[in-house]
Amino acid sequence: MQARKGQIAVIDYQMGNLFSVVRACKQVGLLPVITSDPAVIQSSDAMVLPGVGAFGDAMQNLVRLDLVSSIRDFIASGRPFMGVCLGLQLLMTESEEFGHHSGLDIIQGRVVKFSTTGQDGRTVKVPQVGWNRIYLPAQTGKTAWQDSLLHGIREGEFMYFIHSFYTIPDDVRMAASFTNYEGTEYCSSVAWNNVFACQFHPEKSSTEGMKIYENFASLVKHREKENE
Amino acid sequence: MSKNIRIIPRLDIKGPNLVKGIHLEGLRVLGKPEQFARSYYDSGADELVYMDVVASLYERNSLHDIIERTAREIFIPLTVGGGLRTIEDIRDVLRAGADKVSLNTAAIKNPQIIRDASRKFGSSTILISIEAIRQPDGRYLAYTDNGREHTGIEVLAWAKQVEELGAGEIMITSIDREGTGRGFDIDLTKAVAHAVTIPVIACGGAGEIDHIRQVISDAGADAVAIASVLHYDIIRSQERSLDESNEGNQSFLRSGRTFSSITPAGMPAIKEHLSRHGINCRTTRSEEKFRAGT
Repeated sequence: MQARKGQIAVIDYQMGNLFSVVRACKQVGLLPVITSDPAVIQSSDAMVLPGVGAFGDAMQNLVRLDLVSSIRDFIASGRPFMGVCLGLQLLMTESEEFGHHSGLDIIQGRVVKFSTTGQDGRTVKVPQVGWNRIYLPAQTGKTAWQDSLLHGIREGEFMYFIHSFYTIPDDVRMAASFTNYEGTEYCSSVAWNNVFACQFHPEKSSTEGMKIYENFASLVKHREKENE
Repeated sequence: MSKNIRIIPRLDIKGPNLVKGIHLEGLRVLGKPEQFARSYYDSGADELVYMDVVASLYERNSLHDIIERTAREIFIPLTVGGGLRTIEDIRDVLRAGADKVSLNTAAIKNPQIIRDASRKFGSSTILISIEAIRQPDGRYLAYTDNGREHTGIEVLAWAKQVEELGAGEIMITSIDREGTGRGFDIDLTKAVAHAVTIPVIACGGAGEIDHIRQVISDAGADAVAIASVLHYDIIRSQERSLDESNEGNQSFLRSGRTFSSITPAGMPAIKEHLSRHGINCRTTRSEEKFRAGT
Protein backbone atom coordinates (compact mmCIF):
# COMPACT_ATOMS: atom_id res chain seq x y z
CA MET A 1 0.00 0.00 0.00
CA GLN A 2 1.35 3.39 -1.01
CA ALA A 3 1.33 5.70 1.99
CA ARG A 4 0.39 9.31 1.50
CA LYS A 5 2.95 11.87 2.47
CA GLY A 6 2.43 13.11 5.98
CA GLN A 7 0.28 10.14 6.90
CA ILE A 8 -0.41 9.73 10.61
CA ALA A 9 -1.20 6.25 11.90
CA VAL A 10 -3.86 6.55 14.61
CA ILE A 11 -3.68 3.18 16.31
CA ASP A 12 -7.01 1.39 16.62
CA TYR A 13 -6.80 -1.29 19.28
CA GLN A 14 -10.45 -1.11 20.30
CA MET A 15 -9.93 1.14 23.28
CA GLY A 16 -12.33 4.04 23.09
CA ASN A 17 -13.28 6.83 20.81
CA LEU A 18 -10.68 7.75 18.18
CA PHE A 19 -12.78 10.25 16.28
CA SER A 20 -11.80 13.34 18.26
CA VAL A 21 -8.09 12.60 17.76
CA VAL A 22 -8.71 12.16 14.03
CA ARG A 23 -10.60 15.48 13.84
CA ALA A 24 -7.81 17.29 15.68
CA CYS A 25 -5.20 15.88 13.27
CA LYS A 26 -7.27 17.02 10.28
CA GLN A 27 -7.75 20.45 11.84
CA VAL A 28 -3.98 21.05 11.80
CA GLY A 29 -3.53 19.72 8.26
CA LEU A 30 -2.34 16.20 9.04
CA LEU A 31 -3.61 13.08 7.25
CA PRO A 32 -4.80 10.64 9.91
CA VAL A 33 -5.55 7.00 9.12
CA ILE A 34 -7.24 4.82 11.72
CA THR A 35 -5.41 1.51 11.55
CA SER A 36 -4.29 -1.65 13.28
CA ASP A 37 -2.40 -2.92 10.22
CA PRO A 38 1.37 -3.24 10.83
CA ALA A 39 2.06 -2.50 7.14
CA VAL A 40 0.15 0.80 7.28
CA ILE A 41 1.92 1.70 10.52
CA GLN A 42 5.29 0.89 8.98
CA SER A 43 4.62 3.19 6.02
CA SER A 44 3.34 6.14 8.10
CA ASP A 45 5.31 9.29 8.90
CA ALA A 46 4.06 9.65 12.45
CA MET A 47 1.96 7.82 15.00
CA VAL A 48 -0.69 8.71 17.54
CA LEU A 49 -1.50 6.15 20.23
CA PRO A 50 -4.79 7.29 21.80
CA GLY A 51 -7.06 5.27 24.05
CA VAL A 52 -9.22 5.31 27.13
CA GLY A 53 -10.07 2.39 29.36
CA ALA A 54 -8.30 -0.33 31.30
CA PHE A 55 -4.54 -0.87 30.98
CA GLY A 56 -4.78 -4.68 31.13
CA ASP A 57 -7.41 -4.86 28.38
CA ALA A 58 -5.39 -2.45 26.27
CA MET A 59 -2.17 -4.48 26.48
CA GLN A 60 -4.14 -7.66 25.78
CA ASN A 61 -5.58 -6.07 22.65
CA LEU A 62 -2.17 -4.82 21.52
CA VAL A 63 -0.76 -8.34 21.92
CA ARG A 64 -3.74 -9.99 20.19
CA LEU A 65 -3.56 -7.56 17.26
CA ASP A 66 0.21 -8.10 17.07
CA LEU A 67 0.84 -4.39 17.53
CA VAL A 68 3.44 -4.46 20.32
CA SER A 69 6.47 -4.88 18.08
CA SER A 70 5.00 -2.51 15.43
CA ILE A 71 4.73 0.28 17.99
CA ARG A 72 8.16 -0.44 19.49
CA ASP A 73 9.80 -0.58 16.05
CA PHE A 74 8.07 2.62 14.98
CA ILE A 75 9.30 4.51 18.02
CA ALA A 76 12.81 3.07 17.59
CA SER A 77 12.83 4.39 14.01
CA GLY A 78 12.85 7.94 15.36
CA ARG A 79 9.61 9.09 13.70
CA PRO A 80 7.33 11.44 15.67
CA PHE A 81 5.15 9.66 18.21
CA MET A 82 2.39 11.08 20.35
CA GLY A 83 0.57 9.16 23.08
CA VAL A 84 -2.65 10.45 24.61
CA CYS A 85 -4.16 9.37 27.95
CA LEU A 86 -3.91 5.56 28.00
CA GLY A 87 -1.36 6.06 25.20
CA LEU A 88 0.97 7.58 27.81
CA GLN A 89 0.36 4.93 30.44
CA LEU A 90 1.01 2.05 28.02
CA LEU A 91 4.56 3.33 27.42
CA MET A 92 5.50 2.50 30.99
CA THR A 93 7.05 -0.72 32.27
CA GLU A 94 4.13 -1.84 34.38
CA SER A 95 0.75 -0.94 35.86
CA GLU A 96 -0.91 -1.85 39.12
CA GLU A 97 -4.39 -1.55 37.58
CA PHE A 98 -6.47 -4.55 38.81
CA GLY A 99 -3.41 -6.66 39.56
CA HIS A 100 -0.10 -6.39 37.78
CA HIS A 101 0.30 -5.82 34.04
CA SER A 102 3.37 -5.32 31.90
CA GLY A 103 3.37 -2.36 29.54
CA LEU A 104 5.30 -1.51 26.38
CA ASP A 105 8.34 -0.61 28.55
CA ILE A 106 9.44 2.20 26.27
CA ILE A 107 9.79 4.50 29.26
CA GLN A 108 10.82 2.83 32.48
CA GLY A 109 8.29 3.59 35.14
CA ARG A 110 5.02 2.63 36.79
CA VAL A 111 1.31 3.39 36.53
CA VAL A 112 -0.52 3.79 39.85
CA LYS A 113 -4.03 4.76 40.96
CA PHE A 114 -5.12 7.98 42.63
CA SER A 115 -6.06 7.45 46.24
CA THR A 116 -9.74 8.13 46.96
CA THR A 117 -8.72 9.55 50.34
CA GLY A 118 -7.08 12.96 50.38
CA GLN A 119 -4.33 14.12 52.73
CA ASP A 120 -6.92 15.72 55.01
CA GLY A 121 -9.04 12.58 55.06
CA ARG A 122 -11.62 13.96 52.63
CA THR A 123 -12.95 11.76 49.85
CA VAL A 124 -11.25 12.46 46.54
CA LYS A 125 -13.34 11.91 43.42
CA VAL A 126 -11.69 9.35 41.16
CA PRO A 127 -11.55 9.52 38.17
CA GLN A 128 -10.29 13.05 37.87
CA VAL A 129 -12.63 14.57 35.30
CA GLY A 130 -12.04 18.14 34.24
CA TRP A 131 -9.53 20.91 33.72
CA ASN A 132 -6.24 21.14 35.57
CA ARG A 133 -3.01 23.08 35.23
CA ILE A 134 0.28 21.82 33.82
CA TYR A 135 3.57 23.02 35.31
CA LEU A 136 7.20 22.84 34.26
CA PRO A 137 9.23 20.26 36.17
CA ALA A 138 10.92 22.19 38.98
CA GLN A 139 14.00 19.95 39.08
CA THR A 140 15.22 20.74 35.57
CA GLY A 141 15.43 24.48 36.14
CA LYS A 142 13.73 25.14 32.78
CA THR A 143 11.66 28.29 32.52
CA ALA A 144 9.67 27.48 29.41
CA TRP A 145 8.66 24.53 27.26
CA GLN A 146 11.06 25.01 24.41
CA ASP A 147 11.95 21.68 22.90
CA SER A 148 8.82 19.58 23.22
CA LEU A 149 5.31 19.63 21.75
CA LEU A 150 4.38 21.91 24.67
CA HIS A 151 6.33 24.70 22.99
CA GLY A 152 4.41 28.00 23.11
CA ILE A 153 2.10 27.00 25.97
CA ARG A 154 2.16 29.12 29.11
CA GLU A 155 3.25 27.55 32.37
CA GLY A 156 0.14 26.87 34.46
CA GLU A 157 -2.15 26.51 31.41
CA PHE A 158 -5.29 24.37 31.82
CA MET A 159 -5.71 21.05 30.02
CA TYR A 160 -8.62 18.57 30.08
CA PHE A 161 -8.09 15.32 32.00
CA ILE A 162 -10.10 12.14 32.50
CA HIS A 163 -8.22 9.41 34.35
CA SER A 164 -7.97 7.30 37.47
CA PHE A 165 -4.32 6.27 37.06
CA TYR A 166 -1.15 8.28 36.61
CA THR A 167 2.44 7.60 35.58
CA ILE A 168 5.66 7.69 37.59
CA PRO A 169 8.66 7.58 35.23
CA ASP A 170 11.84 6.26 36.92
CA ASP A 171 13.89 9.02 35.32
CA VAL A 172 12.32 12.31 36.30
CA ARG A 173 14.05 14.04 33.37
CA MET A 174 11.55 12.36 31.06
CA ALA A 175 8.68 14.28 32.62
CA ALA A 176 7.72 17.30 30.52
CA SER A 177 5.03 18.56 32.88
CA PHE A 178 3.56 18.02 36.30
CA THR A 179 0.00 18.42 37.55
CA ASN A 180 -1.50 18.45 41.04
CA TYR A 181 -4.80 16.67 41.65
CA GLU A 182 -6.20 17.07 45.16
CA GLY A 183 -2.72 17.13 46.70
CA THR A 184 -1.10 14.46 44.52
CA GLU A 185 1.59 15.89 42.25
CA TYR A 186 2.18 13.65 39.27
CA CYS A 187 3.80 13.53 35.84
CA SER A 188 1.17 14.71 33.32
CA SER A 189 3.30 14.41 30.19
CA VAL A 190 6.61 12.94 29.06
CA ALA A 191 8.99 14.08 26.32
CA TRP A 192 11.97 12.01 25.33
CA ASN A 193 13.65 11.98 21.90
CA ASN A 194 10.87 11.44 19.35
CA VAL A 195 8.30 10.48 22.01
CA PHE A 196 5.75 12.87 23.47
CA ALA A 197 2.85 11.55 25.51
CA CYS A 198 0.36 13.27 27.76
CA GLN A 199 -2.20 12.20 30.30
CA PHE A 200 -4.58 15.01 29.32
CA HIS A 201 -6.52 15.23 26.06
CA PRO A 202 -5.03 18.04 23.95
CA GLU A 203 -7.81 17.57 21.36
CA LYS A 204 -10.33 18.48 24.10
CA SER A 205 -8.28 21.27 25.67
CA SER A 206 -9.46 24.18 23.57
CA THR A 207 -7.05 26.44 21.66
CA GLU A 208 -4.19 25.79 24.09
CA GLY A 209 -4.43 22.03 23.67
CA MET A 210 -4.64 22.40 19.91
CA LYS A 211 -1.21 24.05 20.01
CA ILE A 212 0.19 20.59 20.78
CA TYR A 213 -1.37 19.23 17.59
CA GLU A 214 -0.07 22.27 15.69
CA ASN A 215 3.43 21.60 17.04
CA PHE A 216 3.06 17.93 16.10
CA ALA A 217 2.06 18.93 12.56
CA SER A 218 5.04 21.31 12.25
CA LEU A 219 7.36 18.56 13.41
CA VAL A 220 5.96 16.10 10.86
CA LYS A 221 6.19 18.67 8.04
CA HIS A 222 9.69 19.71 9.05
CA ARG A 223 10.85 16.09 8.86
CA GLU A 224 9.23 15.71 5.45
CA LYS A 225 11.24 18.64 4.12
CA GLU A 226 14.43 17.26 5.63
CA ASN A 227 13.85 13.92 3.93
CA GLU A 228 13.22 15.41 0.51
CA MET B 1 -5.29 22.46 46.33
CA SER B 2 -8.90 21.88 45.59
CA LYS B 3 -10.03 20.66 42.21
CA ASN B 4 -11.44 22.83 39.46
CA ILE B 5 -15.21 22.89 39.15
CA ARG B 6 -16.59 22.63 35.61
CA ILE B 7 -19.23 24.99 34.28
CA ILE B 8 -21.16 23.31 31.48
CA PRO B 9 -23.67 25.10 29.25
CA ARG B 10 -26.56 22.80 28.53
CA LEU B 11 -28.26 23.28 25.18
CA ASP B 12 -31.66 21.68 24.75
CA ILE B 13 -32.28 21.21 21.05
CA LYS B 14 -35.46 20.57 19.10
CA GLY B 15 -34.99 20.08 15.38
CA PRO B 16 -32.57 22.80 14.27
CA ASN B 17 -33.29 25.09 17.22
CA LEU B 18 -32.00 25.80 20.68
CA VAL B 19 -35.00 25.72 22.99
CA LYS B 20 -35.60 26.25 26.64
CA GLY B 21 -38.23 24.49 28.62
CA ILE B 22 -40.09 26.80 30.94
CA HIS B 23 -41.44 25.03 33.97
CA LEU B 24 -45.11 24.13 33.38
CA GLU B 25 -45.14 26.20 30.19
CA GLY B 26 -43.42 24.22 27.49
CA LEU B 27 -40.66 25.04 25.04
CA ARG B 28 -39.49 28.35 23.63
CA VAL B 29 -37.18 28.73 20.67
CA LEU B 30 -34.07 30.80 21.43
CA GLY B 31 -32.00 30.52 18.25
CA LYS B 32 -29.38 28.36 16.53
CA PRO B 33 -27.50 26.02 18.87
CA GLU B 34 -24.19 26.35 16.99
CA GLN B 35 -24.13 30.12 17.54
CA PHE B 36 -24.64 29.76 21.26
CA ALA B 37 -22.13 26.88 21.47
CA ARG B 38 -19.48 28.91 19.68
CA SER B 39 -19.98 31.83 21.99
CA TYR B 40 -19.71 29.61 25.08
CA TYR B 41 -16.56 27.98 23.72
CA ASP B 42 -14.96 31.37 23.11
CA SER B 43 -15.88 32.65 26.55
CA GLY B 44 -14.42 29.70 28.47
CA ALA B 45 -17.07 26.98 28.79
CA ASP B 46 -15.48 23.84 30.23
CA GLU B 47 -17.67 21.40 28.30
CA LEU B 48 -20.95 21.44 26.40
CA VAL B 49 -24.07 19.29 26.66
CA TYR B 50 -26.49 18.88 23.74
CA MET B 51 -29.84 17.30 24.57
CA ASP B 52 -32.28 16.31 21.87
CA VAL B 53 -35.41 17.08 23.88
CA VAL B 54 -37.94 15.46 21.59
CA ALA B 55 -35.83 12.43 20.66
CA SER B 56 -37.37 10.18 23.28
CA LEU B 57 -40.77 10.59 21.66
CA TYR B 58 -39.44 9.34 18.33
CA GLU B 59 -36.81 7.05 19.86
CA ARG B 60 -34.07 8.56 17.75
CA ASN B 61 -31.47 11.25 18.14
CA SER B 62 -31.56 13.74 15.29
CA LEU B 63 -28.59 15.91 16.19
CA HIS B 64 -25.96 14.38 13.90
CA ASP B 65 -25.60 17.39 11.59
CA ILE B 66 -25.43 19.84 14.48
CA ILE B 67 -22.88 17.63 16.27
CA GLU B 68 -20.73 17.43 13.16
CA ARG B 69 -20.73 21.19 12.61
CA THR B 70 -19.94 21.78 16.28
CA ALA B 71 -17.10 19.26 16.49
CA ARG B 72 -15.35 20.83 13.52
CA GLU B 73 -14.68 24.06 15.37
CA ILE B 74 -15.10 23.39 19.08
CA PHE B 75 -12.35 21.53 20.92
CA ILE B 76 -13.81 20.93 24.34
CA PRO B 77 -15.73 17.86 25.47
CA LEU B 78 -19.22 17.56 23.98
CA THR B 79 -21.81 15.31 25.61
CA VAL B 80 -24.85 14.33 23.56
CA GLY B 81 -28.06 12.84 24.89
CA GLY B 82 -31.66 12.19 23.99
CA GLY B 83 -33.13 9.12 22.35
CA LEU B 84 -29.97 6.99 22.40
CA ARG B 85 -31.13 3.39 22.73
CA THR B 86 -28.42 1.02 21.52
CA ILE B 87 -24.65 0.60 21.27
CA GLU B 88 -25.02 1.50 17.58
CA ASP B 89 -26.83 4.76 18.46
CA ILE B 90 -23.95 5.62 20.80
CA ARG B 91 -21.35 4.80 18.18
CA ASP B 92 -23.16 7.00 15.65
CA VAL B 93 -23.12 10.13 17.81
CA LEU B 94 -19.49 9.51 18.85
CA ARG B 95 -18.60 9.18 15.18
CA ALA B 96 -20.42 12.41 14.43
CA GLY B 97 -18.28 14.22 17.01
CA ALA B 98 -19.60 13.68 20.54
CA ASP B 99 -17.06 12.80 23.23
CA LYS B 100 -19.53 11.44 25.74
CA VAL B 101 -23.11 10.26 25.64
CA SER B 102 -25.84 10.85 28.17
CA LEU B 103 -28.24 7.98 28.80
CA ASN B 104 -31.43 8.01 30.83
CA THR B 105 -34.42 6.05 29.47
CA ALA B 106 -32.28 3.37 27.80
CA ALA B 107 -30.33 2.78 31.01
CA ILE B 108 -33.47 2.49 33.11
CA LYS B 109 -35.09 0.06 30.67
CA ASN B 110 -31.89 -1.98 30.33
CA PRO B 111 -29.19 -1.23 32.94
CA GLN B 112 -26.86 -3.69 31.22
CA ILE B 113 -26.32 -1.11 28.43
CA ILE B 114 -24.23 0.89 30.93
CA ARG B 115 -21.84 -2.01 31.37
CA ASP B 116 -21.72 -2.83 27.67
CA ALA B 117 -21.22 0.78 26.60
CA SER B 118 -18.58 1.56 29.23
CA ARG B 119 -16.63 -1.57 28.25
CA LYS B 120 -16.85 -0.68 24.59
CA PHE B 121 -16.21 3.07 24.71
CA GLY B 122 -14.63 3.57 28.15
CA SER B 123 -16.35 4.58 31.37
CA SER B 124 -15.41 8.20 30.84
CA THR B 125 -17.59 8.25 27.73
CA ILE B 126 -20.78 7.20 29.54
CA LEU B 127 -22.71 9.80 31.49
CA ILE B 128 -25.95 8.76 33.16
CA SER B 129 -28.61 11.42 33.40
CA ILE B 130 -30.99 11.04 36.34
CA GLU B 131 -34.16 13.12 36.36
CA ALA B 132 -35.52 13.32 39.88
CA ILE B 133 -38.83 14.40 41.36
CA ARG B 134 -39.27 14.83 45.09
CA GLN B 135 -42.11 12.76 46.51
CA PRO B 136 -44.47 13.91 49.30
CA ASP B 137 -42.62 11.58 51.71
CA GLY B 138 -39.30 13.30 50.89
CA ARG B 139 -37.86 10.50 48.79
CA TYR B 140 -36.62 11.20 45.26
CA LEU B 141 -37.75 9.01 42.40
CA ALA B 142 -36.25 8.79 38.92
CA TYR B 143 -38.31 9.78 35.90
CA THR B 144 -37.77 9.72 32.17
CA ASP B 145 -38.91 11.91 29.28
CA ASN B 146 -38.41 15.18 31.10
CA GLY B 147 -40.37 14.09 34.13
CA ARG B 148 -43.32 12.71 32.20
CA GLU B 149 -42.72 9.01 32.80
CA HIS B 150 -42.68 7.56 36.28
CA THR B 151 -40.23 4.68 36.86
CA GLY B 152 -40.67 3.96 40.56
CA ILE B 153 -36.87 3.74 40.90
CA GLU B 154 -35.33 5.41 43.95
CA VAL B 155 -32.68 7.95 42.91
CA LEU B 156 -29.88 7.16 45.40
CA ALA B 157 -30.06 3.41 44.84
CA TRP B 158 -30.03 4.03 41.10
CA ALA B 159 -27.02 6.37 41.35
CA LYS B 160 -25.03 3.70 43.21
CA GLN B 161 -26.09 1.05 40.72
CA VAL B 162 -25.02 3.05 37.66
CA GLU B 163 -21.63 3.68 39.27
CA GLU B 164 -21.21 -0.07 39.84
CA LEU B 165 -22.19 -0.76 36.24
CA GLY B 166 -19.39 1.48 35.00
CA ALA B 167 -20.87 4.94 34.40
CA GLY B 168 -18.19 7.63 34.34
CA GLU B 169 -20.34 10.52 35.58
CA ILE B 170 -23.84 11.29 36.76
CA MET B 171 -25.87 14.34 35.80
CA ILE B 172 -28.61 14.87 38.37
CA THR B 173 -31.51 17.06 37.27
CA SER B 174 -34.21 18.28 39.57
CA ILE B 175 -37.39 18.27 37.49
CA ASP B 176 -39.07 20.28 40.27
CA ARG B 177 -36.56 23.10 39.84
CA GLU B 178 -35.80 22.83 36.10
CA GLY B 179 -36.68 26.07 34.33
CA THR B 180 -37.86 27.79 37.51
CA GLY B 181 -34.79 29.90 38.29
CA ARG B 182 -35.33 29.18 42.00
CA GLY B 183 -31.94 27.55 42.49
CA PHE B 184 -30.72 23.97 42.52
CA ASP B 185 -32.20 21.27 44.74
CA ILE B 186 -29.38 21.22 47.29
CA ASP B 187 -30.67 18.20 49.26
CA LEU B 188 -30.96 16.09 46.13
CA THR B 189 -27.55 17.05 44.73
CA LYS B 190 -25.82 16.60 48.06
CA ALA B 191 -27.31 13.16 48.60
CA VAL B 192 -26.23 11.96 45.16
CA ALA B 193 -22.76 13.57 45.35
CA HIS B 194 -22.13 11.77 48.65
CA ALA B 195 -23.57 8.44 47.49
CA VAL B 196 -21.02 7.89 44.69
CA THR B 197 -17.32 8.47 44.07
CA ILE B 198 -17.73 9.36 40.38
CA PRO B 199 -18.21 13.04 39.51
CA VAL B 200 -21.70 14.50 39.81
CA ILE B 201 -23.01 17.31 37.59
CA ALA B 202 -25.82 19.39 39.12
CA CYS B 203 -28.56 20.48 36.74
CA GLY B 204 -31.86 22.30 36.91
CA GLY B 205 -32.84 25.50 38.62
CA ALA B 206 -30.06 28.06 38.21
CA GLY B 207 -31.60 31.54 38.14
CA GLU B 208 -28.63 33.65 39.16
CA ILE B 209 -24.89 33.40 39.66
CA ASP B 210 -24.97 32.70 43.36
CA HIS B 211 -27.16 29.60 42.88
CA ILE B 212 -24.16 28.08 41.11
CA ARG B 213 -21.88 28.84 44.06
CA GLN B 214 -24.42 27.35 46.47
CA VAL B 215 -24.69 24.00 44.72
CA ILE B 216 -20.89 23.71 44.71
CA SER B 217 -20.29 24.90 48.28
CA ASP B 218 -23.34 23.41 49.96
CA ALA B 219 -24.03 20.28 47.93
CA GLY B 220 -20.54 19.29 46.74
CA ALA B 221 -21.33 19.27 43.02
CA ASP B 222 -18.26 18.51 40.88
CA ALA B 223 -19.69 20.34 37.89
CA VAL B 224 -22.70 22.50 37.14
CA ALA B 225 -24.87 22.46 34.03
CA ILE B 226 -26.56 25.77 33.23
CA ALA B 227 -29.01 26.84 30.56
CA SER B 228 -31.22 29.92 31.00
CA VAL B 229 -28.73 32.10 32.90
CA LEU B 230 -26.24 31.77 30.04
CA HIS B 231 -28.69 31.71 27.13
CA TYR B 232 -30.44 34.89 28.24
CA ASP B 233 -27.08 36.60 28.68
CA ILE B 234 -26.26 35.90 25.03
CA ILE B 235 -29.67 37.09 23.88
CA ARG B 236 -29.23 40.23 25.92
CA SER B 237 -25.66 40.99 24.82
CA GLN B 238 -26.09 40.10 21.17
CA GLU B 239 -29.44 41.75 20.82
CA ARG B 240 -28.43 43.99 17.96
CA SER B 241 -26.00 41.72 16.18
CA LEU B 242 -28.26 38.67 16.08
CA ASP B 243 -29.79 38.06 12.72
CA GLU B 244 -33.19 39.70 12.69
CA SER B 245 -34.54 36.88 10.58
CA ASN B 246 -33.65 34.46 13.35
CA GLU B 247 -36.46 32.16 14.21
CA GLY B 248 -37.69 32.50 17.71
CA ASN B 249 -39.55 34.62 20.07
CA GLN B 250 -36.68 36.75 21.27
CA SER B 251 -38.56 40.00 21.56
CA PHE B 252 -40.75 38.18 24.02
CA LEU B 253 -37.68 37.05 25.95
CA ARG B 254 -36.14 40.50 25.87
CA SER B 255 -39.23 42.06 27.30
CA GLY B 256 -38.37 40.14 30.46
CA ARG B 257 -42.01 39.75 31.36
CA THR B 258 -41.99 36.14 32.41
CA PHE B 259 -38.30 35.74 33.16
CA SER B 260 -37.95 37.88 36.20
CA SER B 261 -36.77 34.71 37.94
CA ILE B 262 -33.65 34.59 35.75
CA THR B 263 -30.75 37.04 36.16
CA PRO B 264 -28.55 36.48 33.10
CA ALA B 265 -24.77 36.16 33.43
CA GLY B 266 -21.94 35.21 31.09
CA MET B 267 -19.26 32.57 31.61
CA PRO B 268 -16.52 35.03 32.71
CA ALA B 269 -18.81 36.66 35.29
CA ILE B 270 -19.79 33.25 36.68
CA LYS B 271 -16.18 32.15 37.08
CA GLU B 272 -15.18 35.48 38.55
CA HIS B 273 -17.91 35.07 41.17
CA LEU B 274 -16.83 31.51 42.00
CA SER B 275 -13.16 32.48 42.25
CA ARG B 276 -14.00 35.32 44.57
CA HIS B 277 -15.63 32.76 46.88
CA GLY B 278 -12.60 30.49 46.86
CA ILE B 279 -13.95 27.98 44.34
CA ASN B 280 -11.33 26.93 41.81
CA CYS B 281 -12.25 26.89 38.16
CA ARG B 282 -10.48 27.13 34.83
CA THR B 283 -9.85 30.63 33.61
CA THR B 284 -8.98 31.49 30.05
CA ARG B 285 -7.30 34.45 28.45
CA SER B 286 -10.64 35.98 27.53
CA GLU B 287 -11.63 35.87 31.21
CA GLU B 288 -8.37 37.48 32.24
CA LYS B 289 -9.12 40.27 29.79
CA PHE B 290 -12.60 40.53 31.26
CA ARG B 291 -11.14 40.91 34.74
CA ALA B 292 -8.55 43.40 33.63
CA GLY B 293 -11.35 45.47 32.14
CA THR B 294 -13.44 45.58 35.30
